[in-house]
Amino acid sequence: MKEKQILQIEHLEKSYDGHPSVLRDINFSMEKGEVVVVLGPSGCGKSTFLRCINLLEPVSGGRIYLNGQDILSGQKESSRIRQEIGMVFQNYELFPHMTILENVMLAPLLVQKRDRKQTVEEAGELLARVGLSEKQTSYPRQLSGGQKQRAAIVRALMMRPKVLLLDEITAALDPEMVREVLQVVLELARDGMTMLIVTHEMEFARAVADRVIFMDKGAIVEEQKPEDFFSCPKTDRAKRFLNMFHYEALG
Amino acid sequence: MLSSGIGVLFQGNNFLRLLQGLMVSLRIALLSMLLSAVFGLFLGIAMNSKKGWVRAVCRTYLETVRVMPQLVLLFLVYFGAAKHLGMNFSGELSAVIVFTFWGAAEMGDLVRSAFLSIPAHQYEAGCALGMTKMQVFFYIMIPQAVRRLLPPTINLLTRMIKTTSLVVLIGVVEVVKVGKQIIDASRFTEPSAAFWVYGAIFLLYFAVCYPFSRAAALLERKLRDGN
Ligand SMILES: Nc1ncnc2c1ncn2[C@@H]1O[C@H](COP(=O)(O)OP(=O)(O)O)[C@@H](O)[C@H]1O
Ligand SMILES: [Mg+2]
Repeated sequence: MKEKQILQIEHLEKSYDGHPSVLRDINFSMEKGEVVVVLGPSGCGKSTFLRCINLLEPVSGGRIYLNGQDILSGQKESSRIRQEIGMVFQNYELFPHMTILENVMLAPLLVQKRDRKQTVEEAGELLARVGLSEKQTSYPRQLSGGQKQRAAIVRALMMRPKVLLLDEITAALDPEMVREVLQVVLELARDGMTMLIVTHEMEFARAVADRVIFMDKGAIVEEQKPEDFFSCPKTDRAKRFLNMFHYEALG
Repeated sequence: MLSSGIGVLFQGNNFLRLLQGLMVSLRIALLSMLLSAVFGLFLGIAMNSKKGWVRAVCRTYLETVRVMPQLVLLFLVYFGAAKHLGMNFSGELSAVIVFTFWGAAEMGDLVRSAFLSIPAHQYEAGCALGMTKMQVFFYIMIPQAVRRLLPPTINLLTRMIKTTSLVVLIGVVEVVKVGKQIIDASRFTEPSAAFWVYGAIFLLYFAVCYPFSRAAALLERKLRDGN
């Protein structure tokens, strides 16, 4: 195993009751600082893939290593592992009963027992970076979708994760808010954050990705550099998938 | 003469006695409600248990309580327990036992649905931040459940206050009983006393319950706007 590899997945299998083979023999690895975009039709298993990585779903087979450590062996408790893997959800999932500042500080204080004063400062800086300085004492309901999602990104970053998983984080947003959120992600990529991103924003995928993986029916069917994937996909399935977006753009 | 009867309310310490009777009703209701809230919280959590048999037991309890008239329960505890189990509960204690038995079931059902109404993703978001199950439960699930629970709990409390009027039938001297005593005492001097006394009791119940109902309605609206 190479030193640089932060995440390595071998023969990952996942089935639900009544849904066999949601993930089929997934082999995949990521280097530190790499940004990988996962593309694929709805229902192909992208969310399940991400959820398996931070242990929200029990897997049916295979191995996942984070920094060379087997995270499925159960030797390390899931809480420790999840602190190193940040996740941002499609519907933000901010905690509605807490202010934005409380939302982003909860886990660092409670789980990592970090110093309160420093955490407040760090939260202030990160919220300022995503343009939410004014919203520290607001509640999630008082924010727009785009603002909520930026706050959710900060909440994940506050844990100082080694890897960030983003699952269609702009899918629930009005079009005019998509950009402000993707801008934040692009900046994170520039700063060297390791990210695994599921998205349907093709322009963004092309801009942010170091590598694209294309999934279909629970398997990785194609893995390429973005310029190659978008200009000449190898598989028919990927061609059809990309054509769908061209059609959308025309229509 | 109807109008002359109103004087009965203010004869001697009659009104004070009515108020004291009301305090007995409120004491029973509030104590039962407090116990119901505590037991109901645990019951509600058990009702969402992953184990089927736990859910079945809870369900049976709830259904049983719901089909049994509270009056029958009161008689069962007050007269039945004394006779067959050799236990002698005071009327007030019997009332608290019965109302808690009933309230805990209703409260459990409210707690159950409050937890169910929190999206599973909230739980996952907490887990994804490295929080333990317990931490997620105490910092994310319970605070949100309590907010949702407040309005229906207040409604249950007002129902409970009103239902306390039943305890007159097991000899507890509460507001209705005091009213009867006053009416009986002035049966011959003031034939219209019943109208005024029950009217006053009606107003007393209203004065107690209405603010609670309003508070519940306001909270409900506020919470709906909030989320
Ligand atoms: N909890 C579940 N129980 C059963 N089947 C599920 C569950 N979650 C997802 N699936 C199935 O797994 C497949 C992949 O789902 P998902 O990972 O959400 O796909 P994607 O994110 O690519 O749209 C779908 O066919 C879906 O129906
Ligand atoms: Mg998905």
